[in-house]
Amino acid sequence: MQLIRNWSVKHSRGLEYIYLLFEPVLIRLHKVWNVIGYERLEKPVRVIEKSIKGLMFDCQMCGQCALSSSGMSCSMNCPKSLRNGPCGGVRMDGTCEVKPEMRCVWVEAWKGAQQMSQCEKMKEIQQPVNYSFKGSSSWLRVVQDDVKNKQEMPDDVRIKR
Amino acid sequence: MLGLNDNPAAQPLPEKEGHVSRGRLERLLKSGHFAVTAELAPPDSALADDVYARAQVFDGYVDGMNATDGSGANCHMSSIGMCALLTNVGYAPVMQISCRDKNRIAIQGDVLGAAAMGVGNVLCLSGDGVQVGDHPEAKPVFDLDSISLLETIRIMRDESRYLSGRSITSPPKMFLGAAENPYAPPIDFRPYRLAKKIAAGADFIQTQYIFDVPKLKDFMTKAGDLGLLEKCFILPGVGPLASARTASWIRKNVPGIHIPDAIIKRLESAQNQKNEGQKICIELIQQIREISGVSGVHVMAYRQEEAVKDIIQQSGVLEGRVPWYPGCDHDGIDY
Repeated sequence: MQLIRNWSVKHSRGLEYIYLLFEPVLIRLHKVWNVIGYERLEKPVRVIEKSIKGLMFDCQMCGQCALSSSGMSCSMNCPKSLRNGPCGGVRMDGTCEVKPEMRCVWVEAWKGAQQMSQCEKMKEIQQPVNYSFKGSSSWLRVVQDDVKNKQEMPDDVRIKR
Repeated sequence: MLGLNDNPAAQPLPEKEGHVSRGRLERLLKSGHFAVTAELAPPDSALADDVYARAQVFDGYVDGMNATDGSGANCHMSSIGMCALLTNVGYAPVMQISCRDKNRIAIQGDVLGAAAMGVGNVLCLSGDGVQVGDHPEAKPVFDLDSISLLETIRIMRDESRYLSGRSITSPPKMFLGAAENPYAPPIDFRPYRLAKKIAAGADFIQTQYIFDVPKLKDFMTKAGDLGLLEKCFILPGVGPLASARTASWIRKNVPGIHIPDAIIKRLESAQNQKNEGQKICIELIQQIREISGVSGVHVMAYRQEEAVKDIIQQSGVLEGRVPWYPGCDHDGIDY
């Protein structure tokens, strides 16, 4: 819903703060998730993630959430699925070229990003969407990617962290 | 060799240190010449001569021609097809790729095919939405966006591999281009978007129509502050407006084009609006040329292609130089 989506961008700083507390907890519970089994967790977590993020961001469940890099404005709501910023067709009043009734997702993103501590993330290049992840939980992927990264890291680097 | 074009003009230039492509456009820009490129509207036909007839209009006045890729989401002859035909007779076309119509598998294949046919320049675009074109019922693809497309081709060129990681035995030597619109919101983000495009691989930039020079100057200053002007060649877009009515219509109906009131008023008060539109275009080119960091202009003269020669001639930007065209002996440039 557009109204709640706008609220989320307006409160991007607070939402970022909450997520920055939430992510390490998710990661720290890796052992618990592992005992239960990631495959078994996928469905319930997906349902929870979809209801929360669907309500707040009109999340499209791309499975590789980039909200932290897009000012809490979900880039998958861009009719062109742009992941790296606005196209050149944004109307002068900030509405979308394709859907004139909608504010450009990326105009909102820039607004949201400027309030966030990780504002710079919007300036980083986002990789193309991996469509094989569509519909899956992004939260569980964050934990699994973190675990994988730590395993791949040399010992001395891991200790320093 | 079988299938190889024996026209000497169609042969790519020898590889040169510090150059990514084997085409004239990159050589020209890197040697400090003010370059002129033009938009070439594709025909709605399957006739090669239609392409050549449209290209000939620019002979001797442009250094490169952009073969558009379904611009405005309307169906026309493909960019890759036009570029193959143009390259065959020695022109230096810029192939346009829009992310709207093809996924990463098709795009990467096209890049290899185009490079094999000698196409040396490619402009990476997100593309207009299908809703504005003549097939609004089509499925929009948008698998990549303009920035991930740039990075994809840069990886193919510089790392000899596909996005998947699988290796390419002979990489596509492409001079990579991107588009920018200094006027579209969020304006403060635009210089950073340019930075992203350059980081992703853009070697040159062609912009949307420029009708507001002070705002372009602001944009260029910000780009300069970010250290971007040394990293790529910027060719602002220009074009003649046919009348005040056309200008007002464009401003109202084509998203992303900013035309100041002063321009429309000037057209309105002119006796011959078409001539005035061309005069404005010439003045804009002359003003844009003076901005530091500008390396050329990109002329988009939709339905006024025949006026491009006069506009370029009168702007004086070529300084007597005659860009290469089929049949010219030598354009005086030492490539």
